[in-house]
Amino acid sequence: MIVARNLTKVFADRKRGPIRAVDNVSLRAEPGRIYGLLGANGAGKTTTLRLLATLLKPTDGSASVAGFDVVREARRVRAHVGFLAASTALYGRLTAREMITYFGRLNGLDDALVAQRVQTLADDLGLHEFLDRRCEKLSTGMKQKTSIARTLVHDPSVMIFDEPTLGLDVMTARAIVRFVRDCRERGKTVIYSTHIMSEVEKLCDVVGIIHDGRLLAEGSPAELRERYGEQDFEELFVKAVGWEERKS
Amino acid sequence: MTTRSILTVYLKELKDSLRDRRTLISTIVIPTVVMPLLMFGLAKIATQIFAKARKEIPAIMVLGGEDSPAVRAQLAAAKQFRLVPASAEWRSQISEKKIRAAVEVPAGFDAGLQAGHAPPVVIYHYEGEIKSGFAREAIDRFFRELREQTVTALLAERSLPATLVRPFEISSQNVAAPEKVGGNLFGGLVPYVIIILCFTGAMYPGMDLTAGEKERGTMETLLCSPVSRIEIVLGKFLMVLTGSLAAMAMSLASLGTTAALMGLLAPPGGSAAPAGPGTGGFAPMIDPVGILGVVLMVIPVAVLFSAVVFTIALYAKSFKEAQSYVGPLMIVVIMPAVVGMLPGIDLNLKLALVPILNLSLVCKEMLSGVWHWNYIALIFGSSCVYAAVALAVAVRMFEREDVMFRS
Repeated sequence: MIVARNLTKVFADRKRGPIRAVDNVSLRAEPGRIYGLLGANGAGKTTTLRLLATLLKPTDGSASVAGFDVVREARRVRAHVGFLAASTALYGRLTAREMITYFGRLNGLDDALVAQRVQTLADDLGLHEFLDRRCEKLSTGMKQKTSIARTLVHDPSVMIFDEPTLGLDVMTARAIVRFVRDCRERGKTVIYSTHIMSEVEKLCDVVGIIHDGRLLAEGSPAELRERYGEQDFEELFVKAVGWEERKS
Repeated sequence: MTTRSILTVYLKELKDSLRDRRTLISTIVIPTVVMPLLMFGLAKIATQIFAKARKEIPAIMVLGGEDSPAVRAQLAAAKQFRLVPASAEWRSQISEKKIRAAVEVPAGFDAGLQAGHAPPVVIYHYEGEIKSGFAREAIDRFFRELREQTVTALLAERSLPATLVRPFEISSQNVAAPEKVGGNLFGGLVPYVIIILCFTGAMYPGMDLTAGEKERGTMETLLCSPVSRIEIVLGKFLMVLTGSLAAMAMSLASLGTTAALMGLLAPPGGSAAPAGPGTGGFAPMIDPVGILGVVLMVIPVAVLFSAVVFTIALYAKSFKEAQSYVGPLMIVVIMPAVVGMLPGIDLNLKLALVPILNLSLVCKEMLSGVWHWNYIALIFGSSCVYAAVALAVAVRMFEREDVMFRS
């Protein structure tokens, strides 16, 4: 479970002054459901997810992840979260097995359990072919599978995905989408950020539209379609963020 | 904070670094090659150049002296130089190294010599040019001998003994032990090289584990783990320190091996045969105890270097940016190390608190067999304090969001 209450993050910028990257965002993501955070580039998606993953500290407001406070119990939050983003890379000089093992150990698993988890994940994700190959030598698809195994090694109850399909080819992107659905089926709480409308329609149970750091609308895809009177999600998004009004 | 987490981060970084060719070059290859090359390679080349210059019979020009055929004949017969015909361009010929020197024999020199008061002889040479210097020495020696012969002849004419003008001889002998002489010779250079290699050993891993990771996107992956920031800093910092100390260990091992092969390593407990009257020429030696002292004194400075490089590189967004920050820092390291090598700069209370310079000076003394325990304690203590402060700053930097997610 993820619960955010009036979550706010202000960055100090010498040239532009204070920037409210996340402004009073409140949301609730539940186990067995996918919460989609939809927004354009620079809308505040990454900052929101980094706040939930405890990589950043909120300026104001609060949030709890898996029942733990993101400020006071940051380490416990991270122990229950799997964070996958386009910006979370692999260590090129480590093999896929070493990479997964390293993160297993960092999550406090003992060597026997780590070895067992590596075996299970290699079976589930089909890693055996390249498990002992260095990450720098892997194809993009193999790298993504290794990254997924890295996020799952400690079997977290909450999964945070920050634009995980960014820059991937169609096949790899489809594999990621399959994996996200699989997380939902296993009862995990999933929050998924993207700017790709089709992904939101296909994947998400609840969608939050974020713009200029503020959560402008929230609901199931069907509810949002009804509210904005649009079947096309792109048109719906444009209406929600008020771009049409600004143009006119 | 748990040791297990720090160790996990450290062992991963160690494995990662050992697979990186650039880290291996900066921490193992360069220190192993540079030390013997600097200590002995350059000395050997300098000796060879010197010996070759000495072997040359210099071409010199005699200016004037047309009315002094005797001295001209003696100059022409001398084996230590070769006369070339006089020319009006003698100055430019010396500057262009066509001839090595010129000597001006004044008018009436022969006659003056017979009378016992000849006018002065002037030698023209190229200051600072080694071969011209040798030619000047040869001419100078020639005229000194001529002067002595003349004095001896004049004394003999008057039935006076030659010792009248030279009642006693002067000689000098070294009484310092070979390792002290070696310490004095190499004492400045050894800490200088070790200090620089310690810094370069920390440079590459320091930049790769911070700015390099930020650039490659692995830092964010690591920060997602439940390990605390301080555990990550300490694990990574230990790897940077390992790089720095490995560079020192490699340079010392290389130095020791080269010194042992060349017979320059003094036996433990000091030289068995300290130089004394009659010892004659002997090779300078390096005291292993002094080297051990240097190692112990360098450790806190290696911590300081590692923490400073780590902190500065952490601020950078990319490896290239880190290089532009850390590169100029080399000058800050080299300057005090060079000052420490200069003759006449001795350790005092103020200098004992100047980082790097204090190490350079105290190591020079230790290698010469001088152990000022008060200064050693002060320098070791102050270096530890500087290192602790630098490490604390590194931890603070790692906790700053604007540094870790600088865009």
